[in-house]
Amino acid sequence: MGSQGGFGNSKEFLDLVKSIGEARSKAEEDRIVLHEIETLKRRIVEPDIPKRKMKEFIIRLVYVEMLGHDASFGYIHAVKMTHDDSLLLKRTGYLAVTLFLNEDHDLIILIVNTIQKDLKSDNYLVVCAALNAVCKLINEETIPAVLPQVVELLGHSKEAVRKKAIMALHRFYQRSPSSVTHLVSNFRKKLCDNDPGVMGATLCPLFDLIAVDANSYKDLVISFVSILKQVAERRLPKTYDYHQMPAPFIQIRLLKILALLGSGDRQASENMYTVVGDIFRKCDSTSNIGNAVLYECICCVSSIYPNPKLLEAAADVISRFLKSDSHNLKYMGIDALSRLIKISPEIAEQHQLAVIDCLEDPDDTLKRKTFELLYRMTKSSNVEVIVDRMIDYMISINDNHYKTEIASRCVELAEQFAPSNHWFIQTMNKVFEHAGDLVNIKVADNLMRLIAEGFGEDDDTADCQLRSSAVESYLRIIGEPKLPSAFLQVICWVLGEYGTAGGKYSASYITGKLCDVAEAHSSNDTVKAYAVTALMKVYAFEIAAGRKVDMLPECQSLIEELSASHSTDLQQRAYELQAVVTLDAHAVEIIMPSDASCEDIEVDKNLSFLDSYVERSLEQGAQPYIPENERSGMINISNFRSQDQHDTSTHTLRFEAYELPKTSAPPRISPVSLAPSTELVPVPEPSYPVEMHHVASVPSVSDTGSTELRLRLDGVQKKWGRPTYSSPASSSSDSTSHKAVNGVTQSDVSSTSTSRTRDSSYDSRSAQAEISSEKKKLAASLFGGPSKTEKRPSSTSHKVARSTSPAVEKSQGPKAVASSTTGVVSEKAAPLQQPPDLLDLGEPTVTSSASSVDPFKQLEGLLDPTQATSAANHGAVDNTKAADIMSMYSEFPPSGQSSVIANPFTTNAGDANLIPGLSTTNKTGHAKGPNPRDALEKDALVRQMGVTPMSQNPNLFKDLLG
Amino acid sequence: MIRAVIVMNTQGKPRLTKFYDYMPPEKQQELIRRVFGVLCSRAENVSNFVEADSVFGPDTRLVYKHYATLYFVFVFDSSENELAMLDLIQVLVETLDKCFKNVCELDIVFNYSKLHTILDEIIFGGQVLETSSAEVMKAVEEISRLETASNTITLVPKSISGWRS
Repeated sequence: MGSQGGFGNSKEFLDLVKSIGEARSKAEEDRIVLHEIETLKRRIVEPDIPKRKMKEFIIRLVYVEMLGHDASFGYIHAVKMTHDDSLLLKRTGYLAVTLFLNEDHDLIILIVNTIQKDLKSDNYLVVCAALNAVCKLINEETIPAVLPQVVELLGHSKEAVRKKAIMALHRFYQRSPSSVTHLVSNFRKKLCDNDPGVMGATLCPLFDLIAVDANSYKDLVISFVSILKQVAERRLPKTYDYHQMPAPFIQIRLLKILALLGSGDRQASENMYTVVGDIFRKCDSTSNIGNAVLYECICCVSSIYPNPKLLEAAADVISRFLKSDSHNLKYMGIDALSRLIKISPEIAEQHQLAVIDCLEDPDDTLKRKTFELLYRMTKSSNVEVIVDRMIDYMISINDNHYKTEIASRCVELAEQFAPSNHWFIQTMNKVFEHAGDLVNIKVADNLMRLIAEGFGEDDDTADCQLRSSAVESYLRIIGEPKLPSAFLQVICWVLGEYGTAGGKYSASYITGKLCDVAEAHSSNDTVKAYAVTALMKVYAFEIAAGRKVDMLPECQSLIEELSASHSTDLQQRAYELQAVVTLDAHAVEIIMPSDASCEDIEVDKNLSFLDSYVERSLEQGAQPYIPENERSGMINISNFRSQDQHDTSTHTLRFEAYELPKTSAPPRISPVSLAPSTELVPVPEPSYPVEMHHVASVPSVSDTGSTELRLRLDGVQKKWGRPTYSSPASSSSDSTSHKAVNGVTQSDVSSTSTSRTRDSSYDSRSAQAEISSEKKKLAASLFGGPSKTEKRPSSTSHKVARSTSPAVEKSQGPKAVASSTTGVVSEKAAPLQQPPDLLDLGEPTVTSSASSVDPFKQLEGLLDPTQATSAANHGAVDNTKAADIMSMYSEFPPSGQSSVIANPFTTNAGDANLIPGLSTTNKTGHAKGPNPRDALEKDALVRQMGVTPMSQNPNLFKDLLG
Repeated sequence: MIRAVIVMNTQGKPRLTKFYDYMPPEKQQELIRRVFGVLCSRAENVSNFVEADSVFGPDTRLVYKHYATLYFVFVFDSSENELAMLDLIQVLVETLDKCFKNVCELDIVFNYSKLHTILDEIIFGGQVLETSSAEVMKAVEEISRLETASNTITLVPKSISGWRS
């Protein structure tokens, strides 16, 4: 077994490799390699090294670098080697530089010239070596230097060179598309090259180009199809066969290109049907590569305009893949299934057992792929099962990256399809508990908002239920160790807001729990802040309700501890709490209205309430406020501010002389006296000086005040950063107002409203959601007018359905009718908010006569208001059942189409069509807060993809697979 | 496109690495380590595919094949077909086998630059160039012939069978 040896190995090199191979530990290996580096460093600079030796040094350098050590001292020698005349050395030099250097390395400039020369060489191997280097080492700036030569090489006599030249151009295209746009026609030309290998290489750049802009290449569809046909018919030379498959890699590329070109283009797709069908038939499904081509066919079929025959063939292949023992094929099968399911949803159900198997497979890759499939086929009927599965899996893995992904998918699905709010909260709890800080913080915000807003309808009892169930679940969870921070924030917020609302838990119980949280997470300031604010809310609600507040001793010690905290935020919250507790019920009620996190807070941006104060100050001799842009000598400052808004004028250089500190008294005291009087008006804006530009009038106060202070406290200033920070005079002057202790004049005004500020930012967001739900209601009332009055007929027809419920429904017709009527029912059921319960109504089969009555009844309903009201009563009785129907309905195929077919009255077809749409509006609308419209669209989409149930399905997996 | 080709032994020592987008050496080492970590944790008789987006960034997968003491790993993106990549590994290994007559880990270690030559004939700039191992062999032999013709470098015969690590 003699080696043909690409290079001459010296004893030294062999020894090196051997000793590294024998190294017991990483440290030992490192020692050997470092020694080797020392040797190389010494010897590589020796004069007159034989070329052969030099080549070996370079290879040793490459080897050293592969083992993770720095070989940069030898780069220059590799570059030098590319200049060598000997082919062997030149190739070694090129190999080394392509491995060592990146396209932006300083040494590249030394190579470009060599490359240019070599591209013109007579020896095609030299040209190939240079082309190889071109791919790796040429960047956007150096492309023009070699581009003409590379283009010239497209006409080279050797096909190997032509191939590589095309690849090099492709690489240029990837680097900088603009540099080669004028050469795109070359790719088209080379598609007709005599050599199939060159043609095959051309497919790579064309694939990229078509992916960007398919429309400009539609004319090539015929050419691609005919090439594919010739390849599939074995017209290429035998040398292109691989494992008895004719040029499979070219077939795969062509199929990928056809998939792009045929997507959404019926005419183009029709050209492809025959050839794709042929490949399906001819392909050898026993070899790996044959299956690769088959898989690519499925991808193509699922992308182009659908053709029933091809879909059938694709489904056959998928079932073969899924039944295979090979994990690879199962993986491909699952992937193919998730592609095809978009077009023909019904194929999923015949594979449900296989899918379940894959889900339980020990192979992680397969499992994840299966979760992806499930994710794509989730709808309201199966969301619970799927999300539960996902969460279980999420708990079981350690890979944070994937955990994050699957957690966000759980959240997404739950937000979209949640069957009930209770379930939603439970699910979110689980996600938070286990993926905690990996979840986007927005999710926590959404959850809090959902709990606060409830269903967005006027159903207070349901809202209360929701909240109390949330509170209960949090009180259960709260004691557990290692809860993630984001989750704790949600818990604290909810307990503060609604902990005592139901009257079930006493304030002292809730506050005790909150204190425990703050104590248990003493290193986490954010959680502590949430806990303190929650405490304040609980006490405030107590006071507002006229009960006497007894602060728990642990709570008191907590507050005391926090009022000396290093975090000014915590300090402030602690002082706020102390202040609020001392106020009377009336004031507290205005500061902290109960359950008002969703109310809008009016912001008086002009700060008109300060007018009287300003006037008074002016009378007492204070300087009037000069707007920033009118101030002289402040141009530089405003520049400076734009860079660093934080500390505005206080930190910048001032060019005018300081004033004498004589008028300091009035402004300094006045903020304090002002604070209580303005307390009731929340002013969230000026909470931090960052927002200086908006609050024009406040600085007038603080500015005058702080200039004087600055004179005296010059040293302190530097130490604390913000000059107004320490003003002991004002803090001691008024003990009732805790805010003064902070001394920050600006935050005086804001301190009462910090908590409100946060809330108000919620509000601005929730207000938007409100608007869109408003729009939704409007749309419903616009289009839903007639459908509302349908209550009666639909519920009666539903009764008909129930009476004949066990009837087997197999044919498509009645099914479609059923879906249209259930659609009506669900529309009505939606606002009733009943989570679908487990009452089994069987399959609601409705005879077509029932539905044909419908339109008349609709008209009746329109004309007769009394009937509508009676229908409302009826609906109230029936609501549970109706909700049930709603869940049944979601298992049906897209009812839009089918109802058109089923309904004999074409004039009413439009009506019938609208109804299912509306039902989704309402349903998703209350299922989740954030974005009803998106959810609606998605829901509708997924519904279309949904799987139709069949009666012979094993019941076991019914919930999962429809 | 193909992002990287990694050949490493079952102890995680790299035997050949080629990244088609530039990676600084330290990053390469880290990636190799992480890939090895992933491969180690995979049981026998599972699929040859791994989603690699936690290691190589979004939209990357990895196909590996285990031969005796070596892992062959191809990293690529969604524009390639997994099964086809698996066969490309097969092409590489078949070619090596033809080239070295029953290839083993040591052949790869000691014929480092030849291995690169072979790989460059199969994959060029991250794209599949040639999939017929006969064609690759032809090209490689041609290169060796011309190389030796332009040089009179004596080749050290392979006599290393006693040095297995």
